Amino acid sequence: MHVFADPTNFDAYLSSFFWILKLTGASAVLALVLGVLLAAMRVSPVPVLRGFGAAWVNTFRNTPLTLVIFFCFFGLYSTLGLSLADDLDLNNFWLGVIGLSAYTAAFVCEALRSGVNTVPAGQAEAARAIGLTFAQTLRIVVLPQATRSVVAPLGSILIALCKNATIVGTIGLMESSNVMKDLINSNGDAVIPIFLVFAGTFAAFLIPTGYFFGWLANRLAVKR
Amino acid sequence: MTTGEPLIVLDAVNKWFGPLHVLDDVSLSVGRGEVVVVIGPSGSGKSTLCRAINRLEPISSGTITFDGQPLPAEGKPLAKLRSEVGMVFQSFNLFAHKTILENVTLGPIKVRKEKPAAARERGLALLDRVGIANQADKFPAQLSGGQQQRVAIARALAMQPKAMLFDEPTSALDPEMVGEVLDVMTSLARDGMTMVVVTHEMGFARHAANRVIFMADGQLVEDAPPGEFFANPRSDRAKDFLSKILTH
Repeated sequence: MHVFADPTNFDAYLSSFFWILKLTGASAVLALVLGVLLAAMRVSPVPVLRGFGAAWVNTFRNTPLTLVIFFCFFGLYSTLGLSLADDLDLNNFWLGVIGLSAYTAAFVCEALRSGVNTVPAGQAEAARAIGLTFAQTLRIVVLPQATRSVVAPLGSILIALCKNATIVGTIGLMESSNVMKDLINSNGDAVIPIFLVFAGTFAAFLIPTGYFFGWLANRLAVKR
Repeated sequence: MTTGEPLIVLDAVNKWFGPLHVLDDVSLSVGRGEVVVVIGPSGSGKSTLCRAINRLEPISSGTITFDGQPLPAEGKPLAKLRSEVGMVFQSFNLFAHKTILENVTLGPIKVRKEKPAAARERGLALLDRVGIANQADKFPAQLSGGQQQRVAIARALAMQPKAMLFDEPTSALDPEMVGEVLDVMTSLARDGMTMVVVTHEMGFARHAANRVIFMADGQLVEDAPPGEFFANPRSDRAKDFLSKILTH
C-alpha cells in the first residue's frame, strides 16, 4: 500500500472520488428533473411533445456515452464555443454533467413510463372525474404512484450513473479512472492493489446504495 | 320531483367502438332531482351511456347537454363540467397513495381552491355521513370494498355536484357489503340528488328510482316508472331479461 501512503497520491485519490461524487449528484438531480419532464411529454396527448420525448430517448439511449461526452467537449465547447466556467476543470465538469444528465434522463424517462403503466387506468379516470386537468392528474395522481413503483430501477440507474461518471475522465477531468491510470503508469509494481482500491471504493459506496433503494422501494410501494 | 328544464339531456347520441354500435340513437332527459336507474344485459351500452355524460367516453354523434350547456370537448371547460358531475365507479378507484381523508379533500383543494382546513372539516363531515369518519387516516387498501365505495361516494359529494353518476357501484362488492352502499345511495336519492345509476340491483330500482331505463344492444328500449316497468314490461327484450333475473 506504499502508493497511497504518499500524500500526493492519496490526495489525488480523494479528490478524484470527490469529482465522481459531484458529477453523480449534479447529474442525478438534473436527470431526474429532465426525465420526469420527458416522461410527462411521452404520455401527453400532444403529438409534438410525444415526438420530442421519443426522439430524445431514441437519440441518447442508443448512443454510446463516450460519444455523448466527446460531443459535449469537442462539439459544444470546442466548436460551438459553449464555455460554462473559466476554470478548465470546472468547465469540463459541467460539460460532463450536461452529457451525463442528457443521457441518464432517457433512462429515467423510460423507467417512469413503465411505472405509469403500473397505475390502473381507473386512477386517472377518477382524477379526471373530480375535475382535475390533465397536468394535475399526471402530477398529483399518476406520477407519484408511477415513481413509487419504479424506485428500485431508479436506484439501478443512479448506480449506473455513478459508474458512468468515470467517462468524464476522457475529456480531461481528474476523476477516479484518470487518476487510477496515472497511478498505474507511475507504479508498475502495484497495478493489482491500485485496481482493487479503486474498485473497492466504488463498491463500498454502491453496494449500500443498492440495498437502500431496495428498502426504499418496499417502504414506498403503493398498497392496492 | 322534476322542476324546470331538465338537467341532463341526450339527443340522438351514437357511439361506435370500431364496428360495434354501442350507443344507437339514444335520447334521454333527466330532470333535476330525478333518480334514473339504467338496467340491461351486459354489453347493452349502459355503462358507456353513464360514462358519456361526463365525457369519460367521447361520443361519435349527437349532443349531450348538462345544465343547459353542451358538453365541452376538452381542456379546462371540460374539467369544470366534470367537477359538477360526481362519478362513482364499479372498482371504486380511490387514489391508492392518499389517505381516506385526502381522497375526499383533494378535489375541493385542487379544483375548487378551498382552504385545506375548511375542506378537511367538510370532508370529515361527509365521511361521517357515509359512516367512516373513524377511518379517515387509513389508506384505501386497508378498507373493505363497501367502505371504499362509501368513501368514493363521499369523494364525489365533496365537490357538491349537481348530479351523480353511478357505474355499477355494487357489482364488485361482496354480497354482505352491497346493503351499506345502497343505503347511502338511497339516502342521497331521498335528499333530492339527481342520479343516474347503472346497476343490477332491482330492489334499489324498485324503491329508489323515479324511472327505469331498459337498454339492449345499445338502444334505449324502455323508459317507465319502476312499478310499471317491473309489473308490465312492454318489450320482449325486457320481459326476457326480467324473467332471467327475477326467477331466482
